[in-house]
Amino acid sequence: MASVCFYFQVHQPFRLRNYTIFDTDSNYYDDHKNAQICRKVASKCYLPANSLMLELIKKYNGKFRIAYSITGVLLEQLQSYAPEVIKSFQELAATGCVEFLAETYYHSLSSLYSRSEFIEQIKAQTQIIQKLFGQTPKVFRNTELIYNNDLAALIEQIGGFDAILAEGVDRILGYRSPNFVYRPPNCKKLKLLLKNYRLSDDIAFRFSNRDWSQWPLTANKFANWVSAVNGCGNVVNLFMDYETFGEHQWEDTGIFNFLRHLPQEILKHPDNNFKTPSEVAASYDSADVVDIPYTISWADIERDLSAWLGNPIQQNAIIELYKLEEKVKSTADESIIRDWRKLQTSDHFYYMCTKWFADGDVHKYFNPYDSPYDSYINFMNVMENLNSRSFMALLEKEKPAPDIRIKSVQPRQKVLQSNNKFSISERKQR
Amino acid sequence: MSNTMKTLMLGWEFPPFISGGLGTACYGLTKAMSQLGMEITFVLPIADKSSYAGHLKMLNAEGHLQSGEQSKLKNVRFRTILSGLRPYIPSEKFEIFGKKMESNGADFWQSNSSASGQNYGRNICQEVHHYAEKVVEIASVEDFDIIHAHDWMTFPAAIAVADISQKPLVVHVHSTEFDRSGNNINQMVYDIERQGMHVANKIIAVSNYTKNIITSRYGVSPNKVEVVYNGVEDNGDTHSSIPAGKLDKIVLFLGRITMQKGPEYFIASAKKVLEKMNNVKFIMAGDGDMTHRMIDYAAHLGIGHKVFFTRFLRGANVDRAYQMADLFVMPSVSEPFGIAPLEAIKHNVPVLISKQSGVSEILHHALKVDFWDINQMANKIIAVLKYPLLGKLLRENGRCETAKIRWENSAAQINNIYKQMLACA
Repeated sequence: MASVCFYFQVHQPFRLRNYTIFDTDSNYYDDHKNAQICRKVASKCYLPANSLMLELIKKYNGKFRIAYSITGVLLEQLQSYAPEVIKSFQELAATGCVEFLAETYYHSLSSLYSRSEFIEQIKAQTQIIQKLFGQTPKVFRNTELIYNNDLAALIEQIGGFDAILAEGVDRILGYRSPNFVYRPPNCKKLKLLLKNYRLSDDIAFRFSNRDWSQWPLTANKFANWVSAVNGCGNVVNLFMDYETFGEHQWEDTGIFNFLRHLPQEILKHPDNNFKTPSEVAASYDSADVVDIPYTISWADIERDLSAWLGNPIQQNAIIELYKLEEKVKSTADESIIRDWRKLQTSDHFYYMCTKWFADGDVHKYFNPYDSPYDSYINFMNVMENLNSRSFMALLEKEKPAPDIRIKSVQPRQKVLQSNNKFSISERKQR
Repeated sequence: MSNTMKTLMLGWEFPPFISGGLGTACYGLTKAMSQLGMEITFVLPIADKSSYAGHLKMLNAEGHLQSGEQSKLKNVRFRTILSGLRPYIPSEKFEIFGKKMESNGADFWQSNSSASGQNYGRNICQEVHHYAEKVVEIASVEDFDIIHAHDWMTFPAAIAVADISQKPLVVHVHSTEFDRSGNNINQMVYDIERQGMHVANKIIAVSNYTKNIITSRYGVSPNKVEVVYNGVEDNGDTHSSIPAGKLDKIVLFLGRITMQKGPEYFIASAKKVLEKMNNVKFIMAGDGDMTHRMIDYAAHLGIGHKVFFTRFLRGANVDRAYQMADLFVMPSVSEPFGIAPLEAIKHNVPVLISKQSGVSEILHHALKVDFWDINQMANKIIAVLKYPLLGKLLRENGRCETAKIRWENSAAQINNIYKQMLACA
């Protein structure tokens, strides 16, 4: 048996506007650019791809099945900028052939920095999926497939999940194939689904590459590769960005036609079928325990954390951000907390990556900055403002009586000024 | 054509007689070409016998190099021409060359940007012609395959020699009249530049930025222009030794204080920085026709006590300035290349450069701004001073990147250009 398990990642961050040290307002986002990108991706990818998926699901009468993980931050933006996309996902949900996965609402790296925040964001994501699509996610995928043993144990402890997804990294698997269901150590029930990165990347990255020996990739050829798994595997996990269809691979590369013919070619082989991640977890026993003590991801060739945390400015930015957690949360101010969470989106740290900067590469995709240094400076300016706002909000909370408030106007401003250099004053306080 | 290619190179600056980046560039390039085994006769104007003797560090009385540098420049012969020519003399005060030349009665061209008619002195025309005549004399007894002329002052000489010798001509454009004077150009200089570019068989531009000016302002076909970036001298590790007891952060401007270098944008952003931070000093190292205006401007903005003018620096004092700096800023309005930021990085100083510069095409690990965007300039200055890890990463990555920007590469590229030209000739 070879089951094809498609899962598509659907995400766009709230990109920050150009925010200098001289800005003092709390409008941090580039609404114009975010709207523009949302609408552009909606018309090139989300809408045509969704309508094709719906067509295929209907045509194959439930035999074509897929899964999505749509981040909360994108759902928010779609509600404002392209509500028709939400509607088309709802139509897909209504077919019963589409599974929605859980992740962190803010597409954050919180699993690495704050367990409580991580859990809250999963809850928030679960709620919005329930509200919009009437499903409770049963499978968890972490931001950028960031994964290790401890994460699996935590997800099992949180409960409600049958499986978790990860990258099928060669150095972890060794001789083993990603085409079986596995189990993390220290987990009783939770199953581990590993991405078949070769076949996934054939579609996501190599599809339109004319230097590739297999170009052009036809549905028939791809289906033959999948069928070859029969006898030495149960499942081919094809995990990729949804933007592959129409955005990374433009329509004129033939990507939509490829997709249109793929189910027919896959289903030609009587032992093949399509399953969603929770169906895979339910159908197959785990073949082995896979021990992943250190953290992996699906990013770049390194498949580690270096895309977000590889240099000192990235680490500095994220550590300072999570240091604010207690302060931000104790303000109990919804807008401050929301802004703090939007800053957690992994893309902000991705933009600060200097790894391949001089060569120019995929990190440039929808990257609003000319350089990683600019993105760090912008981020730090926003974070500093957020810090001041939290500080103000806390002062407000502590001073309830109106007569005291009037008297305290002078000293409060002074405190605020010194707080502007927060990195220095913070250190002194600690 | 013999096995070794022989070049007649025409320049007007060479260490130690430099006041700008041109001399540095000619030295680095000539040395690297010599190390590739190319033979060069470098014709150089020198101010006068007495100042020549006074500043003699590398050249001996015959115009040849002394032993230390001799080995590196073994294929280079120098021919000197007595002249009052100086490319970038600050008009208001001549601290280095000034007195002697004035006493000789030489009348210098001025680089006052405000009035186009006064940009150059009366006798610059004579100087250029004098240089040309002497070069023609020298050329008649020299053996060479190709003529290579650096910037407009040498173009009339180059054109004459090319005409007489029928050898191919390369003109090397380190800066154009539009960079130096904005839109208030000196027509005579422009005409010389234009003629040189049109007569030349090939033009070397120090950046795409300059290539664009050459094609758009001088009506030259892009096919005729090759971009060869400058390199930077590798002087080994220069450790920044931050002086003990240094309390303030230091932001450095180092260059001529002229319209081209954008000194007023530096001071305007200093004002903005000081609105947010107090423990910062701004150093303006260099001299030029805008020095006094800039001193006035800083005082006018109420930051006179925070902006320090060192006037023209050389040698060890340049090193010292770099060593003190936490950030180097090059706010140039129009910079064909810009070697100074590369030197700053060699001195372990992170850099903020204007996007209107050639060097920004090859330097990725630097902060960049539009020269007019004072808000962003101040924003980025503050970021470097406030977040030490940012400066550290810029320094480390900048050094790795700068190590690859070498004169050897420029020389090899020029060698190929010569070969192609001689093959066509």
